[in-house]
Amino acid sequence: MNGAWAVFRRDTAGFFNQPVAYVVITAFLLICGWFFTSSLFLAGQADIRSFLASVPLVLVFFAPALTMRLLAEEWRNGTMELLVTLPLRDVEVVIGKYLAALGVFAVALALTGPYPVTVAALGPLDWGQALSGYLGVLLMGAAFLAIGLLASAVTNSQVVAFIVSFFLCFGLFLLGKVLPLVPPALVPVVEFLAVDTHFANLIKGVVDSRDVLYFLSIVAACLAGTVHVLQGRKWGR
Amino acid sequence: MDAIILAEGLCKRYGDVTAVDGVSFRINRGEVVGLLGPNGAGKTTTMKMLTCYMPPTGGRATLDGLDVVAEPLQVRARIGYLPENVPLYDEMGVHEYLEFIARVRRIPAARRAEAIRDIVRRCGLAAVVQKGVAELSKGYRQRLGLAQAMIHNPDVVILDEPTTGLDPNQIVEIRQLIRDLGREKTVILSTHILQEVEAVCDRVLIINEGRIIADGTPSQLHAEFQGAQELDLVVEGAAREALQAALDGLSGADRVTVAEAGGGALSAHVLSPKDADLRAAIFRLCVERGWVLLEMRRTLVSLEDIFRKLTRRDAA
Repeated sequence: MNGAWAVFRRDTAGFFNQPVAYVVITAFLLICGWFFTSSLFLAGQADIRSFLASVPLVLVFFAPALTMRLLAEEWRNGTMELLVTLPLRDVEVVIGKYLAALGVFAVALALTGPYPVTVAALGPLDWGQALSGYLGVLLMGAAFLAIGLLASAVTNSQVVAFIVSFFLCFGLFLLGKVLPLVPPALVPVVEFLAVDTHFANLIKGVVDSRDVLYFLSIVAACLAGTVHVLQGRKWGR
Repeated sequence: MDAIILAEGLCKRYGDVTAVDGVSFRINRGEVVGLLGPNGAGKTTTMKMLTCYMPPTGGRATLDGLDVVAEPLQVRARIGYLPENVPLYDEMGVHEYLEFIARVRRIPAARRAEAIRDIVRRCGLAAVVQKGVAELSKGYRQRLGLAQAMIHNPDVVILDEPTTGLDPNQIVEIRQLIRDLGREKTVILSTHILQEVEAVCDRVLIINEGRIIADGTPSQLHAEFQGAQELDLVVEGAAREALQAALDGLSGADRVTVAEAGGGALSAHVLSPKDADLRAAIFRLCVERGWVLLEMRRTLVSLEDIFRKLTRRDAA
């Protein structure tokens, strides 16, 4: 996994050498800040639940923006040819890049740390519930970033990568919202697939291994898919 | 000599298109070998198979006995590769980029700084080492590309068209670098420029339409092709074996191929050295045996001719 470490370092530097990371983190914080302060000042609630509950919609935009260039740009610039002829396993490339994106997201999330601290200063905060909520956000981000990386592997175009991953993430997000419209026979299936169902438990403070597994299996499936696509694309040439 | 790369019947098909069609060759340790041919001849595809970028659809290739399909990681670790368009990460710094490559190439942390210093000196990058990759001129990009291919001291360096797009001074500098490199390493480079091969290569493989059509040192190829002559005949009334044997028997006939020409006639192709004019002997032979000589055409071929043929297809 030395190779994954080298790729991780390069791509993390890539995020911070270019404006990408700063723009995305700033936008993320501005939007999250709005949700947090509006519930604090307008609704008068010293609570981070409403802030956490709004994060999924932000992530639907935020995750594809982070991952869109990771592999698509390598294909477009031809650097993929060098990358895959270095003594690196495909899986090391994928994991290194994925962790770099996850790292940027973790930084963004860590920068919302003052919110729970502020709430705790104003009144009693249920730290267990807050941590469980943060875990939910982290897991959802991990799942959306894995989807984004897969989308970035299949195309040379960052725009296509963004749109494909946006629709996949938005689709998973939307499933939870359209539940009332779904035929009763399909409700259990849609409910299981929807991000909302699993996220709702975590945000309530219930850490159920089934919900954690749901997100982790999306991550695993998408990363395995990415490795597969990478192999297929170069071997099929 | 000690072979480091062996290719046996290497093929690559993309759907209906055959890019490389049963190529076999051996490359000895320490040789500088040029793959010469027009664009689309299969040079790049052959290199991509040797560097494990894509697998052959037929045949096999080994490096130091390691199969490129079965043991790609070990093969890649022993190769340095510079693709044709010199892909570099523009958002990185030169030093940062070399450090990334050194890390991926598993150069131990303790030796990394030294390896980078050494390669910067050898490739003449000292003036730009603090700059960003995006700021580099074409010549420096090429040097940086060479540096990443050589930093881990590989056994084999594979360079795809290393001098395209450079100005004459830069070409001379890069060729000098390749010659220096060739003193201790095995180098395979591709080119479509005849002079380049003569300037840097010990041996040339000429590739056209996915096949190797010539293999030898530049001077051997000159001797072999320059001034050779070809005779094309059409003969009626002869048995195929008899014609083959009779033509083989002529002194000065290096290579004879006989084929059916239709209508009971046979066509023959005779290759002979420039100074051996076989036309009179062939005429007498036919008269003697009672064969009818319908056609006889002589052409002189030279290395230049082969090249003109190749480049004409290139331009089309």
